[in-house]
Amino acid sequence: MKMTDIGSKVDPKFFKEHQQKLYKSLEDKHTTIEDIDSEDPLNSKMILNMGPQHPASHGVIRLVLQLRGETIEKTKIDIGYLHRGVEKIAENKTYQEFMPYTDRMDYLSPYGNNVALCLAVEKLADIEVPDRAQYIRMICSELARISSHLLWLGTMVMDAGAISFFIWTFREREKIYDIFDEVAGYRLTVSHSRIGGVANDLTDDAVARIKEFITTFPQELKDWHGLLDKNRIFIDRNKDVGILPTEKALDLGATGPVLRASGYGVDQRIINPYSKYAEVEFEVPTRMEGDNLARYFVRMEEMSESIRIIHQCFDKMPKGPIRTNNAKQAYPSKDEVYYSMEGMIHDFMMTDTGICPPAGKEVYHAIESAKGELGYFIQSDGTGHPWRLKVNAPSFRNLQVLEHILDGEMVADTVVIIGGIDPVMGEADK
Amino acid sequence: MGIESALGEGFLTTKVDALSNWARANAAWPMPMGLACCAIEMMAFAGPRYDASRFGSEVMRFSPRQSDVMIVAGWATYKMSHAIRRIWDQMPDPKWCIAMGACASTGGMHRCYGVVQGVDNFLPVDAYISGCPPRPDAVIHALMKIQDKIKTEHSVLLDT
Amino acid sequence: MSLDLNATLQKVVDGLSDNFSEDLIEVYESCGHTYFRIESTAIVQICEYLKKKHHFILLCDVLGTDRYSSEERFEVLYNLMNLRTQDRIFVKIRLNEENPTVQSVSSVWTAAGWNEREVYDMFGIWFEGHPDLRRVFMPEDYEYFPLRKEFPLLGIPGSIELPNTTPETE
Repeated sequence: MKMTDIGSKVDPKFFKEHQQKLYKSLEDKHTTIEDIDSEDPLNSKMILNMGPQHPASHGVIRLVLQLRGETIEKTKIDIGYLHRGVEKIAENKTYQEFMPYTDRMDYLSPYGNNVALCLAVEKLADIEVPDRAQYIRMICSELARISSHLLWLGTMVMDAGAISFFIWTFREREKIYDIFDEVAGYRLTVSHSRIGGVANDLTDDAVARIKEFITTFPQELKDWHGLLDKNRIFIDRNKDVGILPTEKALDLGATGPVLRASGYGVDQRIINPYSKYAEVEFEVPTRMEGDNLARYFVRMEEMSESIRIIHQCFDKMPKGPIRTNNAKQAYPSKDEVYYSMEGMIHDFMMTDTGICPPAGKEVYHAIESAKGELGYFIQSDGTGHPWRLKVNAPSFRNLQVLEHILDGEMVADTVVIIGGIDPVMGEADK
Repeated sequence: MGIESALGEGFLTTKVDALSNWARANAAWPMPMGLACCAIEMMAFAGPRYDASRFGSEVMRFSPRQSDVMIVAGWATYKMSHAIRRIWDQMPDPKWCIAMGACASTGGMHRCYGVVQGVDNFLPVDAYISGCPPRPDAVIHALMKIQDKIKTEHSVLLDT
Repeated sequence: MSLDLNATLQKVVDGLSDNFSEDLIEVYESCGHTYFRIESTAIVQICEYLKKKHHFILLCDVLGTDRYSSEERFEVLYNLMNLRTQDRIFVKIRLNEENPTVQSVSSVWTAAGWNEREVYDMFGIWFEGHPDLRRVFMPEDYEYFPLRKEFPLLGIPGSIELPNTTPETE
């Protein structure tokens, strides 16, 4: 018996047309199970609305699940609960003004987003970035990747039942917050990268803190590995759950750790080395299984690779300027602004008009953020504002995968699978 | 003087209001309406360093039926506002609301078509926190302000 | 038209101009990526051809742009990636303002599903043959397409409802 006419059985309180279409679309989704004995509760069907406010949903995402007993038959995901229209905002801002908005897209690893926008604009306007700035960007992006993966680890293991992990990972996250506080002046939304360089150099205190972090963190990581790798409860919760085969992953457009856990080692840092990633050595962790446990291993190994990259960056980082010296392309340093007339005029011009890339040019630049391929597509019309700016958000692509891999799983595994996909809704919803 | 001298050692008298307000103020369980970036700072607020349990608020209840203070953390879009209001309506009285961060307070930097310019358009807000996102200390400050507010309420004697 | 292309991309250009000479309008390069502008009617055949013959198996993104011109106002770009040679190309079509409709490529890559829904939500471009074309971000009751240039940044007042602030009695 096919469950029909769900729309008439529910009583939506708001956005009625939206809800009806959502339920209709759930009905239309292909299903193979036909014969149901409705007397048996384990066989009867129900529609479960999960979210948009749910403790385990990592943000405001709504899942409409059709259950048969405890098995999920079909899933529809409703996103957009955080949609504010950053692409529309971008068309009304200069390139530099838009940067704080990128912090609030993937708010778990803001630095990576800043760098992604800067790299795209620099490619568009042909701006050279000094070496030291590129290394500072790399160090901070890798720290941001660790901080994002730490939040994933804490919440995902908490979803699987272990509360104390959240507290341990947050203790480490607080250290990274302190580093960013020292580097950029703010804990979470850093906005430290600038078009043409970075805002300010790393202070000695910041360098000392980062160095201390990268020496103590591997031990923590080892302890967590020791606790989880052979943990029966954790493995039973995650093994063979949410399996995504390689072909399906490619067809669905998965990216980042989700794709790498499915056996395809695509990493933008390797295939399109931006900044100085070509000059450091690191591995791209890849697993073949495609289940949630594989995603756990990929992300854990990525954290130790990040530590490795930061070590190498410190070895290779040269001394020198941190921003390009061309006043048409980047903000002048504060010393110039305060003590010279030209500096002040240039600062004013940069704020007022900003960088004007050549008209009619299009650019796409992708970086490997913590969640996957984060790309910025920019069309320029010759003014200081982008004509069109499109964010290719990895969470958006991975959420589409989620809609397909939930079918056929048990309802209790839903939260673990969401944890394994690790979406950030601020980014997916734009 | 008065009744306390008649009762002897081991008794103290107080107003029912003062007692219930004291109890409420020190067990204000938050309903974390974590929407965006502020939610991450709200986690830090409950986390080990800032330790909201010193104020009796460590119990984040995701069920509206069990919570007293709703912390709206992040920008509220029009699509989400209905869900927020429904959860607010489901919370039992007495209840308080904190608008955490610039976006929840005024719309903040997100001045665009999707975002409600301030959650006070559809919620009665008791405390606003500035910052984008506010530091966890600021959330604790707002919580203390809410506690002060709770302590001055007259819920039993006055029929309001 | 002289382009400095690597071997894979040169093969793509040759293959497309051999097989789809009538549909290929323009090939150009911008900031290191190659863009192919084609007729909108041939999008599905060309995408299938690129996937089967040139191994562009990963669809990274579908995006729309509004050129705000009287003719061929909307553009849809398909961001494709060849994972063997790690080349990225953009396939571009243009659509007119009245009734912008194009065939959906979700039969070629399932990944196009949500991306096309996003383009529909933001620009109102209709994708024929899409299995589930609903708005993805805005509620279905919403009438406007926000990323069109004439749409104001602050939205249209009253076009979207706020919740009732007096709770209904149950």
